[in-house]
Amino acid sequence: MKAAHYWHCFVGIQTREWLRFWQQRTRFASALVRPLLWLVVFAAGFRAVLGISIIPPYQTYITYETYIAPGLCGMIILFNSMQGALSMVYDRELGSMRVLLMSPLPRPFLLVTKLLAMGVVSVGQVYVFLLLALLVDVEPPLWGYLAVLPALILTSLMLGALGLLIATWIKQLENFAGVMNFVIFPMFFMSSALYPLWKMNEASPWLYWICQFNPFTHAVEAIRFSLYLEWNPTAYGITAGVTIVLALLATAGFRPQRTKILGTKPA
Amino acid sequence: MTIEASHISFRYGDTPVLKEVSFALTSGRFHALLGPNGAGKSTLFGLLTRLLALQQGELLLAGQSLKKQPSEAMRQIGVVFQQNALDLDLTVRQNLQYHAALHGLSRKEARYRGDRELERFELLARANEPVRKLNGGHRRRVEIARALLHEPTLLLLDEPTVGLDVASRRALNEHVRILCAEAGLTVLWATHLIEEVQQDDRVLILHQGQLLADGAGHDICEAEGTRDLAETFHTLTGAG
Repeated sequence: MKAAHYWHCFVGIQTREWLRFWQQRTRFASALVRPLLWLVVFAAGFRAVLGISIIPPYQTYITYETYIAPGLCGMIILFNSMQGALSMVYDRELGSMRVLLMSPLPRPFLLVTKLLAMGVVSVGQVYVFLLLALLVDVEPPLWGYLAVLPALILTSLMLGALGLLIATWIKQLENFAGVMNFVIFPMFFMSSALYPLWKMNEASPWLYWICQFNPFTHAVEAIRFSLYLEWNPTAYGITAGVTIVLALLATAGFRPQRTKILGTKPA
Repeated sequence: MTIEASHISFRYGDTPVLKEVSFALTSGRFHALLGPNGAGKSTLFGLLTRLLALQQGELLLAGQSLKKQPSEAMRQIGVVFQQNALDLDLTVRQNLQYHAALHGLSRKEARYRGDRELERFELLARANEPVRKLNGGHRRRVEIARALLHEPTLLLLDEPTVGLDVASRRALNEHVRILCAEAGLTVLWATHLIEEVQQDDRVLILHQGQLLADGAGHDICEAEGTRDLAETFHTLTGAG
């Protein structure tokens, strides 16, 4: 296989993801409703309750809306990734996953390309959200919009790989409801998305440590610091490391040895 | 030979599904893999398409080992699965272009080959319609057109007529036979329906994971002392 074959395949998978996204464009709008509700309603209510001291990367006191905006960016990617995993389980049950896996190109390449394709759609949604957040005075520096791009891509790869891994382990579409309870909610609430970690430490030290071990915390911090033009090597390092581990596990889950990729057991 | 399978065995946990299956397909010929439900046909397809890993035995596709040169081997085959594997929301042409891209074809080449195949299957006029709007028979034709885009030497069809009415089943079967004759394609058509198999076909009868017969339909009947394939199939498997 030549480099051109890989390129055509890469473009083909990206194109298909965008075409599917265009077919389901109402999902794009509805996916924005959730974080916007948090930003406008939840944050307004909690602004008075939660005092935010000056913590890095912020140079001064900030509003609660400003604090949670990076966490909500992570939320968009988290929900999209799990939605992507759901669609992969759906694809597998319908058989279209086989079309992807039948390609003569290496499976790790196919799966990483698919992750990137899903990630690009998520990143697009995050930018639309950040533009709408300007209406409630969440105004990061202009260059922050560019600086945050690597963090958004890395986060979408990490969560996409997690979604892919989950998709390899879920036998049936019906089991997906459990993912909401056991993956999305704990990951989001036990992170720095909604409250600073020092605040969590004051409330409950063991919860604080769970938050510290939650890779989503570090993804959110990578987004937060980058958006405000600060470099957080720890957050980037942990997010990248977890991405690699999850991607390797997910790719291994799609080896032919794992009969689950066929969906139902053939006879 | 387009497929050479030697001593293929496969088990799910402790349950053996294929037992020492060996056969070789002849280039440019229509082969019917006949077996009742649960015979092991789909597992054999899973192995041939690398969706399942070979546990025991050797598989060569057009001379390429599926284990040692999977990429080269996979380029030789086009597959139509039992389940519909088309994206219903995308158009016919978009589905074909996606498949072509997965095989490393450029957009221009994909368009050219896609239109050529759609014309052959009399579906070019519907290229821009979402697949959802097509009936079952036409969807199957699109799947075959898609399987041929990367110009494989071998076409595998796993119970392609499932869910189709009698007329559509007959038309599809006829279409693939013409394709086989005109394009010199080797075809392996898996089915449990005896009426889809002709006396002159090369027939492989699979039952409970074992290959019970392999040869021209009339030769098998002669060897078994039966009048036709339906009787042979019933005698060997108790089905039909």
